[in-house]
Amino acid sequence: MNAAEVLRFALRGLAANKMRSSLTMLGILIGVAAVILLVAVGEGSSQQIQQNIQRLGANSLTVTPSTSGGGGGPGGVAARLLGGGGGGGAGGGQGARQNTGPRTQARDLTLDDARALADPANAPSVKSVSPVVTAQSQTATYEGASHAIGQFVGTYPSYFETSNKPVVKGAYFYNDDVLAARKVVVIGHTVAEDLFGAVDPVGRQITVSGVPFTVVGVLKEAGSSGFQDADDLAIAPLPAVQQSLTGFGPLGQILVQARSAETVDAAQSEIAGVLDQRHGITNAAGADYRILNQATLQETVSAATATFTVLLGAVAAISLLVGGIGITNIMLVTVTERTREIGIRKAIGAPRGAILGQFLAEATMLSLVGGLLGVLIAVVGAQFTIAGVRPVIVPASIALALGVSVAIGLFFGSYPANRAAGLRPIEALRFE
Amino acid sequence: MNSAAPMNPGPRMNPAAPMNPALPVTPAPPPVLVLGQVTKVYGEGETAVRALRGVSLTAERGDYVAIMGASGSGKSTLMNIIGCLDVPSGGTYHLDGTDVGALDERRLAIVRNRKVGFVFQSFNLIPRMSALANVELPLAYGGVHAAERRRRALAALDRVGLADRVHHQPNELSGGQQQRVAVARALVTAPTLLLADEPTGALDSTSSGDIMNIFDRLSASGRTLVLITHEEEVAAHAKRVVRLMDGRIVDDVRTTPVGGPPPRLAEVAS
Repeated sequence: MNAAEVLRFALRGLAANKMRSSLTMLGILIGVAAVILLVAVGEGSSQQIQQNIQRLGANSLTVTPSTSGGGGGPGGVAARLLGGGGGGGAGGGQGARQNTGPRTQARDLTLDDARALADPANAPSVKSVSPVVTAQSQTATYEGASHAIGQFVGTYPSYFETSNKPVVKGAYFYNDDVLAARKVVVIGHTVAEDLFGAVDPVGRQITVSGVPFTVVGVLKEAGSSGFQDADDLAIAPLPAVQQSLTGFGPLGQILVQARSAETVDAAQSEIAGVLDQRHGITNAAGADYRILNQATLQETVSAATATFTVLLGAVAAISLLVGGIGITNIMLVTVTERTREIGIRKAIGAPRGAILGQFLAEATMLSLVGGLLGVLIAVVGAQFTIAGVRPVIVPASIALALGVSVAIGLFFGSYPANRAAGLRPIEALRFE
Repeated sequence: MNSAAPMNPGPRMNPAAPMNPALPVTPAPPPVLVLGQVTKVYGEGETAVRALRGVSLTAERGDYVAIMGASGSGKSTLMNIIGCLDVPSGGTYHLDGTDVGALDERRLAIVRNRKVGFVFQSFNLIPRMSALANVELPLAYGGVHAAERRRRALAALDRVGLADRVHHQPNELSGGQQQRVAVARALVTAPTLLLADEPTGALDSTSSGDIMNIFDRLSASGRTLVLITHEEEVAAHAKRVVRLMDGRIVDDVRTTPVGGPPPRLAEVAS
C-alpha cells in the first residue's frame, strides 16, 4: 500500500457520495474563505487608514490644546481617524475642548502662539503654520438648496498645501483675503454636489448661518472612506470664520508643516520649546497642548487595526472550526455506513494502517479540497470592494488557512478513522 | 502463483519451506490446519453461549473438507476462527504451522491476506469498484506492485471465466458472476487455504454448479479447501465431510483420499 494507493481509495470513497462530500467541503470552504477574506478586509482597511493619515499632509504636525496633562496620548485622535478617515485633523479642536478640566493654568492655543511658531528664529525647521478654527455642522443654503457642512474650517492659505487639499475648480483664497477677512470659501466635493448639482459653483454665493460667502474654488474629491465624508467640508479665511461663525476664541488647532521629512522631529521639538516657553510649562507632563506627529499616529493606528484584524480573523476561525466538526460528523456517518465494507477489507487482509490511512486521507482530502476552493473564492472575492474597503490579501493568511484546514482534516478525521481501523472484522462483517 | 512475499508472516522463517503445496517436497510440510480442542464462548455468566465445545480437526495439504451442520451447530463460529476473523476462547489453532493465537493484530492481518482466501455466502464484493479492482484489492494490501497486481488479477478472473467482465461493477453482474469474482479475489493471493462459507447459499442451481465446478478444479490442482455448508449436494463434492452438532464434531467421513482427485470432478467435467 503506497501513498498513491491510499489516495486513490480515498478519492473513490469521496466520489461515491458526491453530494455529501461537497456539502462537507462547503463548510471548510466557507471557513477558509472567511478567514482569508476577513483578514484581507482588515488589512485593506488598515492600509486605507494609513493612506488617510498620509493624506493629512506630508511632514505635517498638528498641535491641539490639551487639558488632560498629556495623559491621554494620541489614542483619542487615532480613534477618531479610524472612523473619520480623511476628515482632516480639524476635528481635534472641539474634542479637546470638551475635556476642559479644572486646571486653571492651562492656556488655549492662540493666534499669537501660531505667529511665534511661524518665526524662523524660534523654529527654523518649520516651513509654514496654519492656525485653524472649526465650526461643526453649519447649514449652508444656495437658492433653496440646503446642506449641513460637516466641517467649516477657518484658516490660512498654507493649510491647503500642508493638509494636502488641492483645488480642482476655481482657486484657493490668498493672504489678501485673510487680511481683509473676505467672505470667500473653498468647498468640498460633497458640499458642491449637494448645493449646486451640475451648476458650476465658482463665483456663486452661499449663505452659511445667515452669512453670505462667495465660492472661489472646489476641492479635489478625496473619496469618502470609513464613516465620515472627507469631502463634506468648506475652507474659508480664518478671520472671516471667526467673525461670522466661531467668534474670536481660542484656536482649535495649529497645523504646522516641516521643511522636509527629515526635519519633522526637529520641528516637533522646536514647537514644543516655543509653546513651553509661551505657556510657562516646566515639565513635559504638564503640557497643555499636544503635538501629533504623523509617524506616531501611524504607529498607534497600526496597533489598533492589528487588533481589529485579529478580531475578524478569530470570528472566521470559529467558522473554520465548525466546518471541521462537520468533517468529523460526516466521517462518522461514513464509517458507520461502510462498516461492512471495512469488515470485507479486513477479512481480505487490510492492515489497520491501511484502513486508518484511507479514512484519514478522505477527511484530509475533504478539508484540503474545501480549503483550496476557499482560497480561490477568497481571491476572487478580494477583487470586489467589501463594506467600502478594498481587501488586501495577506499571503500568510492563505498559508495559515490552508495549513489549518489540513490540520483540521487530520485532527477531526482521526477519531472516525481510528474507529474504523479498530473495528473487529467479525463484527464489521455481521453489521447490516 | 507464488506470492512475492516481502514480509514473512509468523514464526515460520525457514527459507526452504514450500510455498506451493502442489509440489512434493521433503521434509513433509506441516498440515494446513490443526485445531486442538478449540472452544468458543459468547457472553459471560448465566447467559454464556458455548458455540464450540472442543473441536479438534486436522486438514492436510490438498484436502477438500466440507463442514456440515444445522443452524446453531457452531459451523459459522468455526469458520470465523479458521479464517482468523475471530479468536477462540480456548484450545490451539495452527494455520500452516503458524500459531494464530500468538499473533498480534498486525500479523493477523498479514495472515488473512496471505494464507486465507475467503468466499462468503453474500459475495461481499466492495460496491462501486470494478471486478478487477475488487480482485486486485488483496494484492494491494499485500504490497504487490500495480503492474504485477493487474496481471495476477486478470489471470485469476480468467480462471473463473470472467475475463470479459473485468470492468463491470458488482451491481452490473449476476449473483453467480459476483460469486466468481469473489472466488477470484480469494484465489489471487495464492492462499494456503481457501475458505468458503455457504458459497452457493445465495445462488440458483446453475450458478451453484459453476461455482462447485471451479472449486473441484481448484482441488484437483492441489489447493486446500474448506467449505461450510448445510447442503448435502454441495458436501458431496468434498473429499471429506465433517459434521458438527452443538459445538462438537459428531461425524468425520473421508470419501476420497487426500492426494486423489475430488469425487465429483469427472462428473462435472463430462
